[in-house]
Amino acid sequence: MQSHPYTWNYLPLLIQVVVAAGLGLAIVGLSWLIGRGRASKAKLDAYECGVPVEGDARGRFSVRFYMVAMLFILFDVEAVFMLPWAVIYRHLPVLTGSRMFGFWEMVVYLGFVVVGIFYVWKKGILDWTNDRGDL
Amino acid sequence: MNGSMTVLRILPEIIFTLTGVAIMLIDPVMPKQASRKPLGWLAAFGALAALIASLYQYSLPVGTAYFGVVQTDAFSVFFHVLISGIILVSALVVLDAVHPDTESLGELFALMSFGAVGMLLMTSGVELLLVFIGLEISSISTYILAGFRRKTAKSPESALKYFLLGSFATAFFLYGIALTYGATGTTRITDIAAGLATSHALPIAVVGLAFIVIGLAFKVSAAPFHLWTPDVYEGAPSPIVGLMSTAPKAAAFAVLLRIAYEAFPQLQNHWMPLLWILAAVSMTIGNLGALRQKNVKRMLAYSSIAHAGYLLVAFTVLSTDGVAAASFYAVAYAVMNVGIFAVISHAGGYEDRLTLIEDYKGLAYRSPLLGGVMAFFLLSLIGIPFTGGFFGKFYVFAAAIHSGMIWLAIIGLLNSGIAVFYYLRVLTATYTKPMDSSPVLNVPRVSAPLCLAMALTVAVTLVLGIIPGRVLSMARHAAETFPVFSTQQTPVPGTASAVMAAINTKAR
Repeated sequence: MQSHPYTWNYLPLLIQVVVAAGLGLAIVGLSWLIGRGRASKAKLDAYECGVPVEGDARGRFSVRFYMVAMLFILFDVEAVFMLPWAVIYRHLPVLTGSRMFGFWEMVVYLGFVVVGIFYVWKKGILDWTNDRGDL
Repeated sequence: MNGSMTVLRILPEIIFTLTGVAIMLIDPVMPKQASRKPLGWLAAFGALAALIASLYQYSLPVGTAYFGVVQTDAFSVFFHVLISGIILVSALVVLDAVHPDTESLGELFALMSFGAVGMLLMTSGVELLLVFIGLEISSISTYILAGFRRKTAKSPESALKYFLLGSFATAFFLYGIALTYGATGTTRITDIAAGLATSHALPIAVVGLAFIVIGLAFKVSAAPFHLWTPDVYEGAPSPIVGLMSTAPKAAAFAVLLRIAYEAFPQLQNHWMPLLWILAAVSMTIGNLGALRQKNVKRMLAYSSIAHAGYLLVAFTVLSTDGVAAASFYAVAYAVMNVGIFAVISHAGGYEDRLTLIEDYKGLAYRSPLLGGVMAFFLLSLIGIPFTGGFFGKFYVFAAAIHSGMIWLAIIGLLNSGIAVFYYLRVLTATYTKPMDSSPVLNVPRVSAPLCLAMALTVAVTLVLGIIPGRVLSMARHAAETFPVFSTQQTPVPGTASAVMAAINTKAR
């Protein structure tokens, strides 16, 4: 087998970059060349998923959305950590050299998650209609 | 693997974690109006327990745990003791300075404990990824703590600046780790040196090391990565500044020492000039900047930049003396800085009633105790004999001179001269008799936790200044854990180590 420089391994990547750029340029360029370019109000409006545009983007909304979104990301990320654990759970006794080590580590981890939920709950952040929530 | 031994190796971290979790669990179930001060005492006792656990760790044999990611040796335990002590004093200072119904006081104590976990992991981690996680835990806690007076304008501003620049620096650190991994095939600090020896990509390792140094230089606020420091210290609550100008810095210095001497000893010729420049620039910019400040906290911010510079001088000394001097200086600086911020937190309060140097006029007449303690720590920051600051500077410059860093030592000594001026300005203000027309300085009664905090810091500063032998030998012992130094056991006559040894025995 012929040996070639290590960087040749990246050749497919280069091809992909060229194809992607070429495709983009071709589509935009061709529609600019061939298209008839008749502007109308509907065409020049801001694109809003096909729905007629309504109101201003700079509206005010409750800070609670931000709290809920933040909590969602937090617990979402915490749940993500359980996936790799579940995948290699069967191999953990061999990997760690102890039969129940992997299990108890996850119990400790979930314990911390539960502490977090307890804290959030008691602080009244999950209570949507509660104005006393510690925001 | 011995199970109980494994747990003992991270005992202080476990204690801080459980303290923080306990505070988080108790705080929401307490009645809304109840005082949160008991939670502060809980944090203080947690820190005390962690301090005792750290001292206990001295009796453990050197070794690693959790698949080799944490290592307890004399070096990590030395910094464990220091950081736990700082957290203890800071908890007491916060207890004294804050009003009992300050908003979310419970969280403040929980965040202090969690931050401590990160700092401890930074010093005992020998896996760069664990060090990074520790850095993040400690940084995120301090970002939030900096913005704790959220109804004011300055405090959130300081938190935001700290957060944006801090995350940027952390990204540098992480990129440095990635490049190091690329060059050596490992992120284990203890294996990097061996990886470097066989590496074919040394330039990449050099770039990686440079990025790691940039990230850490930011965290210790060494010039030219210091720009955030004055603004952040000015806006953050004073008791918190006392904490974040000492404990995370000590941890970052420990990481820098470990990375420089344990992971990259072969690249000495690359990092030594780099740190030389950082040291010289930090000392000069810190001291010249402090001269022009009217605000006491801003002045102390520049002074902390200067002190980071003095500490970096010790890094350029490529021997156990350098590492020992750096570790000793870290203790001396941390104790006197957390001490002076205890006084400022009490006199100025959590709400920053006093900000300018003139505001401190007549402090010694209103409260001789506070004035006296303030004067003592200012003298220690200058480096007057019989204080920890003196021996800190002495060991650093002695080590620098003996290893041929004459110019760096000269720059450092000139800077120490400049520093006298601005520290004395505060000192004279403190002891100026207030004019009859000036408003009466209102200083609240000195409380028990503050007395305890001041007594602890003054006592340690005096011990470091009068009988430094024991701490210095602990620092030397810490320095000897690095494999680079294990070959040079006996001190050669006429070298710095021989001089140090002589001083050492005399001091005992």
